[in-house]
Amino acid sequence: MIRVTLPTHLRTLAGVTGAVELRVEEPITQGAILEALETAYPMLRGTIRDITTKERRPFVRFFACGEDLSHEPADASVPAEVAAGTEPFRIIGAMAGG
Amino acid sequence: MSEVRVLVGTRKGAFILRSDERRKDWTVEGPLFPGWEIYHITGTPSDPNRLYVSQSGGWFGQLIQRSDDGGKTWETVGNEFLYDGVPGTHQWYDGSQHPWEFKRVWHLEPSPSNPDSVYAGVEDAALFHSDDGGKTWRELPGLRDVKGNLWQPGAGGMCLHTIVLSPDDPNRMFVAISAAGAFRTDDGGATWRPVNQGLKSEFELPDATAEVGHCVHSIAMHPSRPNILFMQKHWDVMRSDNAGESWHEVSGNLPSDFGFPIAVHAHDPNTIYVVPITSDSHHFPPDGKLRVYRSRSGGEEWEALTNGLPQENCYVNVLRNALAVDSLESCGLYFGTTGGQVYVSADSGDNWMPIVHDLPAVLSVEVQVLL
Repeated sequence: MIRVTLPTHLRTLAGVTGAVELRVEEPITQGAILEALETAYPMLRGTIRDITTKERRPFVRFFACGEDLSHEPADASVPAEVAAGTEPFRIIGAMAGG
Repeated sequence: MSEVRVLVGTRKGAFILRSDERRKDWTVEGPLFPGWEIYHITGTPSDPNRLYVSQSGGWFGQLIQRSDDGGKTWETVGNEFLYDGVPGTHQWYDGSQHPWEFKRVWHLEPSPSNPDSVYAGVEDAALFHSDDGGKTWRELPGLRDVKGNLWQPGAGGMCLHTIVLSPDDPNRMFVAISAAGAFRTDDGGATWRPVNQGLKSEFELPDATAEVGHCVHSIAMHPSRPNILFMQKHWDVMRSDNAGESWHEVSGNLPSDFGFPIAVHAHDPNTIYVVPITSDSHHFPPDGKLRVYRSRSGGEEWEALTNGLPQENCYVNVLRNALAVDSLESCGLYFGTTGGQVYVSADSGDNWMPIVHDLPAVLSVEVQVLL
């Protein structure tokens, strides 16, 4: 199972308290994780990436295993630890504002 | 005894204020959707427990929430606002053309007869409709055919912020857009035409009487006189006696005719209310005095309503969706400020009291009377 952590606002929206666990078909890519997440929690559609273009929203970032994956293409494989479920795929709200 | 429910949208969540018809003692519930911008929370006339919320934010975009139990529980419904076909372009600040881009929903207007039918006014300006309780949305693209390429965003964005449904003709409605003007449809939204004749924007437009481009801030109508409209424009308070075919100014003796909201008394269609603001560059009341102005003559002659409102050192604003009128026998008025106060008057504006002092900046105020 893939583990995904969400920022506070999206945890509230999805009605979850901790990391969510998702079954994701291989190949396990960033896009496949987000697809599985939005299927399991349809209220999140449009909040992480654009509904139509699937582009990441500007103030949302993706991290895993200490790396910023935000600019990786959607079809790039995620780190092996994420695919194995030992490390979470982290979705966070970027630090922004003033 | 009736219950009064005031629905307040703020920069950081929604609040529901409740009282009985005396409107003296209030309970405050919230924040709902804490941390999110709530541009509008509104009830449905034909099912008061059906509420709709526009929930948005810079991080996570636009959501629509719906409640079927008066705000106790909420369901996230559809947030797919896709412009019809190729969206095209509108005028940008530098005069170039810029693609239409969806940003947020400013206003939700439910049908008076069908709780599943609701309109959404959005930025970049367009009108959407849902006939399934907000699950799916379809644009009414004929509106943007009305010289949409000449529309230009104002300082607050190019937003469709006002939707007025005609009570005597289900095919007629009015919308207002900053900075494009007022528009009317007589065929249920298929086709539209500008209704801006008589508006003058000397300092904002190269052609002061242009067909489109005026910065209309809000429009109000009394249901008993659907052909009479009142408008708060960027500058100027205006009136139309022929369903928008032409407008004339009724600013009269107001201390400033700049402002955002306008409202009509529930039982006297000739009594109207505005909240004058100093100017387009000074978004606060003249002289630091928060005054609602009332005209009992449909404009021109105005009186200041000050009892219970701060009359010194007050520098808040009242935004276009933040003034509401209830339907009780002694008509109640409500408004919220950018300083987070929500005020109520239970006697048509003669006397005011704050319901809450310290909410986040108020974006919208609506009121429901529950029998």
